[in-house]
Parts: sequence; C-alpha cells; structure tokens
Amino acid sequence: MADVAETRKFIEIEVLRYRPEQDSEPFLQIFEVPFTDDMSVLQGLQYIKDYLDGSLSFRWSCRMAICGSCGMMIDGKPRLSCKTFLRDFHPGRVRVEALAHFPIERDLVIVMDDFIDKLESIKPYIIAKEPRTLEQGEYLQTPAERDVYEQFSSCINCLLCYAACPQYGLNPEFVGPGIMALLHRYNVDSRDGGAAQRMDVVNAEEGVFNCTAVGYCSEVCPKHVDPANAVNQNKTLSAKDYFLRFVTPKGGAR
Amino acid sequence: MEAYKVDVAIVGAGGAGLRAAIAVAEADPSLKIALISKVYPMRSHTVAAEGGSAGVVQAHDSLEHHFHDTVSGGDWLCEQDVVDDFVARCTGEMVQLEHWGCPWSRKEDGHINVRAFGGMKIERTWFAADKTGFHMLHTLFQTSIKYPSIRRFDEHFCVDLVVEDGRAQGVVAVQIASRQFTLIQANAVIIATGGAGRVFRENTNGGIVTGDGMAIAYRHGVPLRDMEFVQYHPTCMPGTGLLFTEACRGEGGFLLNKDGYRYLQDYGLGPAEPSPRNKAMELGPRDRLSQAFWYEQQKGRTIDGPHGAVVHLDLRHLGEAKLRERLPQIYELAEEFLGVDPARAPIPVRPAVHYTMGGILVDGRCAAPLPGLYAAGECSSVGIHGANRLGSNSLAELCVFGKVAGDAAAGFAKSVAPGNSAALLKQAAAVEQRALAILTNTSGTERIATLRKEMAESMENGCGIYRQGDTMQATCDKLGELRQRFRNVNVEDKSRVWNTDWLLAIELGYQLDVAEAMAHSALNRRESRGAHQRLDGFGERDDIQYLKHTQAHYAGDGPPRIDYGDVKITRSAPATRAYGAAGEKAEQERQAGREGKVPHG
Repeated sequence: MADVAETRKFIEIEVLRYRPEQDSEPFLQIFEVPFTDDMSVLQGLQYIKDYLDGSLSFRWSCRMAICGSCGMMIDGKPRLSCKTFLRDFHPGRVRVEALAHFPIERDLVIVMDDFIDKLESIKPYIIAKEPRTLEQGEYLQTPAERDVYEQFSSCINCLLCYAACPQYGLNPEFVGPGIMALLHRYNVDSRDGGAAQRMDVVNAEEGVFNCTAVGYCSEVCPKHVDPANAVNQNKTLSAKDYFLRFVTPKGGAR
Repeated sequence: MEAYKVDVAIVGAGGAGLRAAIAVAEADPSLKIALISKVYPMRSHTVAAEGGSAGVVQAHDSLEHHFHDTVSGGDWLCEQDVVDDFVARCTGEMVQLEHWGCPWSRKEDGHINVRAFGGMKIERTWFAADKTGFHMLHTLFQTSIKYPSIRRFDEHFCVDLVVEDGRAQGVVAVQIASRQFTLIQANAVIIATGGAGRVFRENTNGGIVTGDGMAIAYRHGVPLRDMEFVQYHPTCMPGTGLLFTEACRGEGGFLLNKDGYRYLQDYGLGPAEPSPRNKAMELGPRDRLSQAFWYEQQKGRTIDGPHGAVVHLDLRHLGEAKLRERLPQIYELAEEFLGVDPARAPIPVRPAVHYTMGGILVDGRCAAPLPGLYAAGECSSVGIHGANRLGSNSLAELCVFGKVAGDAAAGFAKSVAPGNSAALLKQAAAVEQRALAILTNTSGTERIATLRKEMAESMENGCGIYRQGDTMQATCDKLGELRQRFRNVNVEDKSRVWNTDWLLAIELGYQLDVAEAMAHSALNRRESRGAHQRLDGFGERDDIQYLKHTQAHYAGDGPPRIDYGDVKITRSAPATRAYGAAGEKAEQERQAGREGKVPHG
C-alpha cells in the first residue's frame, strides 16, 4: 500500500456489514479512508481492517486478479476489488457490498457452497477420448485446437457472472454461466471424450435453456471468458443432442 | 470438538497439496485422505505463478544440463542426489499434467512449446501463456474432484499438529465459517502450506502466504533449513510488489537504467546482444539481477518513482501481437495497475521478495525428522534450491515432490497402526484452548497491523538484497521484542463466524517465528552465497566453513538455536558461478575436464 500517512486525500467507503451473531439484518457503515491514486478498493478495505475496525471480514489473497477471492458489488456492479481503484469514485463515496444472489455469511463474505457443488457435478476433468500412458508422451494439440477451449479454461471462479445473472438470482438451481463455461471447456477439448456424460447437466431443466441471453455475465467477467458464448454454443449442442437421442442408439453430443 | 479419522492428512491445497492428494488416491484408493486448506483450493498462491515449469524436452537439452543449471544456480548449496532425482522426474510430471488437461502452449505441430528462462542453458520452461500456475492449479484441483477418497476441508484453518508416541498423528483445524474445531486423526501428515514471503514488506505473495506450516513443524522441533535464503525477484511492481514474470525477459525483454542503458553488462552478465542469450544479461539468475539493481541504485542510475527507485522493463520491441499472445496477463497488469501500455512504454519495476528457498527439513522422500510428517513445495527444504532457486523449478517441484510426498506418506500410513484416539482428542482439546486464549485475552493493547508492519519493515531493513551484521542484529532484536509484544496482542473481534481478526493474529504468531528463523540464520552465515549477500567483510563465498546447510531449531520464547548440516555433493564440485561470456568460458573448461575433483565426505 502507498504511504497513506502522507496523503491528503480521503474517500468515504460505505460497507455493507452483517455479523450474524449480533445483527438481525445487514446495514451500511461508512468509513473515511485516506488514499492515494494507485490504491485499489481492496487496499481501502485493508486499511479499514488494519486501522479502523478489525472486525470487518472479507476474502482476498493475490491482489492481482487471478485468485478469484475478492469479488464484491462495488457501486452496484460485480467487480474484483483488487483491480477496481478508489480514484475512480473520488470525490464521491463508493459503496461496497457482498456479491449479489448469494447468501451472506458475514460482511462481504458470501456462502459459495452452491458453486462448488455445481463444479463437482459436471466432471470438470479430462475423460480421455483415447487413453494414453506417460511413456507415450503428450497428446498432440495444435494451437488452433487449444484456442477452441483456452478462453473458457481461464475462469478464475470469482462468481462475478453469477452475481450478474438475473436468472441465477431468480432460480439458484440454474447451473449458471461460469459452470457452463467450465463444462464447455472440457467438452470442446480435443483430448476429451466425456461430452455425452456432461450433457445431462446441459439438457436438464436447470441447464442452458434457463438462460435468457441477457449477456451481463460476459460483460462483468474480469478474464474475458465470455460465459454467455459457452451457454449459447451449448444451446445449439443441446438441441442437436435432443434430436440425436431419437436417431442414434446411444444418443450423444457429438 | 469434532473428530475425523483418515490415513493421510494434507495441510495446504495448492499445487503440492493437490498433487500429493492425487498421488495417495492413486497409490491406494482405499486410503482415506483429508485435504485441509484455509482457502478454497483454487485460491492457493500457486495460482499467481506466471512464467512456467521446467522439464527437459528438447533433443539438444539434457538432464545433465538441468542438473548443472540448478546446482550452480543454487551456488552449490543443493542436495545433488535430490536434484538428480528431481530433474529426472520433471518431464513426466509435466506430461501427466498435460494428460489431465493443462492448456500448455503449443507449437504448430501440436507438441508442447518451451520458452527460455533465467539461469537456464537450454529452453525447457513449459508454459501456459503467462498464467502457468493458474492453469496448473485449476487442472490439479478439477482433476482431484475425480477421486472420491479425497475429502476436502475447504476454509479450515490449521492451528496445530498433534504428536503422540513420537510421531505426527494428525492436525487440529478450525472451520472458518463456524469456529468449529476438528481433530483430523491421521497415520501420516503432509504439510504443503507454501512459503512465507509476507513477513517482508514489498513482496509478490498473496495475503495467505504466512508460513503457517513452517511454523507449526518448527514449534514441534523440526528444524527449518536454509531460511536465510530469500529470493528477491528482480522485476516487480513498485509499491505492491506484484510480479512481472521472468518470461518477459525469456521472450526478449530488456532491463534499462535511467539512461536507457542495459546495465546488466556492467555486472559480469554481458555481452549485451540484441536478443538476450541464455544464461546472459536479462537471462541471468534472479539473485544476480536483483543485486545489480541494488548497485545501480547506489550509483544513482535508477529512476525515482513514488514507491522508490525503479528501472525499466522494456518490452516495446516485442510488439503488441506477441505480447498479447505470450504475456497477456502482464499486458493487463501493466495497463490496469500502472496505466502503462507495454507495447508503447517501458514498465517501471524494482525487486521484491518472491520466494522462500528454505523450509521444513525433509529428506529426498519428503520425510521430516519427525516420523509420520512429510512436507512438499515451498514450505519444505528438500534440497533442490540451494542458496538461490532457478526460475521454473518451483512449479515443477510442486508436482514432483507433491507426488513423492504422497507416495511416501501413503506407504508410511499403511505401515503403522492408528494411534490412541482418546489421547489425541485430549491433546486436541488443549490445542483448542490455546487457540482460543489469544481471543479471550481482554487486556491486549497491541494492534495486529502495527506489529505486522514493524516486522515487515524490520525484515526488509535487515534481511534485504544486501545485508550487514549490525542491521541483521537489529532485526533479530526487533523480532525478539515483537514476539514479546505479541503476547499482548489485541483481537478486537470476539465472534465465531468468519473471525478473520483472530486468524490474522494466529498467522502473525506463525510469521514472527518464521521471520526469527530467517534473521538468525542470516546473521550466523558469515559469508556471501546466492541470495545471502553481505557487505560487512563477508563478501565472498566461504566453502571451508559454510558449504553447510543452516538449521534453525525452535527454542521457545528465546531466539532459535542454530546448527549446521552437511551438503550432499555427488559430482559437481563447487566452482565459480559465472554467467554471460565468462560463464560460457567456464563451461567450456568444465567440459574439457579441467573441473576440480569432488571432495570426500
């Protein structure tokens, strides 16, 4: 953090607090924080925790937008607090709240069990099309083949897309954008032959057709994963799969 | 107190912990595994590694080259038998990750691609753009989901190890969301908790990198080895310390001083050629590059910035297209955090603490001196890094030694009978009381953040790139004082649910112990080697007295007791560490058979 003692600038950070053992419902608390132009919202929260109120709880770690811990609603929009800067809100006040659409565990910490359960349900690993021993070396995969799935493999599980998705807000059973991107990532990997095993998730009532194509998920994604694209591609695949079930003995996605 | 029984408990679910868990699951599917992490696995700091992971693949490369790069890079403080085993296993582990889906960057023919890295004779760094650690971690995490025998304890904070009958028999963890304590009884315990870089002020590490596992093992009498060797990465963001990968230079980036001059040529790394040659100039080893920065600063040839002196990492000549393909994350970091477009302007950088070379003393099978205890990854000192780690070796280490630790722990777990649960529960209850005591102490007056800040500043002053006896002594004294003041720490938050104030206090306790091991190990090493460089009359390497591993032993409230262990030299006798043109000359001489004889012992 910059040497904030020397700064003359202050910003008000309005934080949604909720301590389940003492608060009956969430409330907003305002902190006045000294800042420099290179300080992130995360650094502002760290200042609060270190010097103003040690009881404020939030998740964070890497500070560089890759660990996916610090997703929050900042001025009403899902963002990573480590790469959102206080200067962009000054001289106004910035409001920081827990990610929308998830239960609040405490303060800015949400319960993310639902995401983890869904991740575990989609077989998010290579189901080898042609098993290979280590002695046989690597699978050949051209840069073009890699490009097909690479973008979807860049999901950092930050959940911003879930906080952006109006359908997930209405129906938490919906598999949602991030998980669909990860499912798609494996289905279109040239090494994988497990698509048929994953199509049940895609086809299910809570699968891709729950999506109403708002596209806000892709807009808020900090890593350009474009989950809406994955969802759309799977709508087509799902329709095809539905058709194939009638004409082939085993059904199947490919 | 909840109780849960497993065969193998693994603390830490980053690259090493996940790889170990998979190894145990594959060794014997009937073994029960507990994988405990204070975060969700994909948040682990492996995620932030950028450049790549070593594994010999090219026809003109060899295991011998990888061995020599590693041993000379480590200034001969490596365990050479362990390095041999390591380099032999790297490529297989990289292929294994490929089979598990890791999106390695490829050549047009579909084979994996490798890039150049610092201190490396032939290109052997496997990479996934500049997000290699991210992709490795997510690949390992998602693959681990395949194995039903791995039970995860996500967001469970490890407060202690339980030792009974002279062997490690489990851990006590607390669920962060509820403050529920659980005894996880295990026949074998693997610690894979990562490094301790957050004890320094300016560092590349995530907030979770607080040396927890190191401190826990240390408090149980396991020595921390070679803790004075802390790697400063030469190209980091001023202020925050965020990393600009060595791959920036592997792809051809330059380091320039305020005159636009490639200053590394003045420090035995030249000649300066239009594109950096392997093991020369910008592709020299990290310790040498960080040291060169320090000298440039002394000479007044650095650039003043708001967060101290900087030099320029110049990538402009690589062009936007190549930067977007090979270094997309670096591009975004520079743009978003610094407002610099690296295709059009150089990036201001300075060295920051990056990596803990030392750690929990283990043998080549990852076994600590305490039976039943294993360690892998940055928290461990298995002996491959010596006095300075070679770039790309740490990601490879996670896989190679994660698997070794998993296999060894699985074997040990099957060879012993479960301990006395009642006795372990009694111990666990005492652990819980100690952990809660820090919370219920109502008379505390010391602020956590203040103690942490004083620790980090003191470490930077005393244990920086260049060190002196008096400042190291001052740091040792300061850490002793901080450990005393820590007893009087004030935890404001008394609640049960997600009480991070309390956990930060416990982490600070871990950090102070680890920092003390570092500072005293440094003070006692009266020579200069690798990342430990002294200015007070001990400026040369001293193989007579200090071709030794430092071992710091926990000594309760007092400072650590320091002693020394032998270094395993098999076939590479200590020689002059030379890079650039001088290095090539030395290499030719070595190949001509003029290398010194291997000493006995």
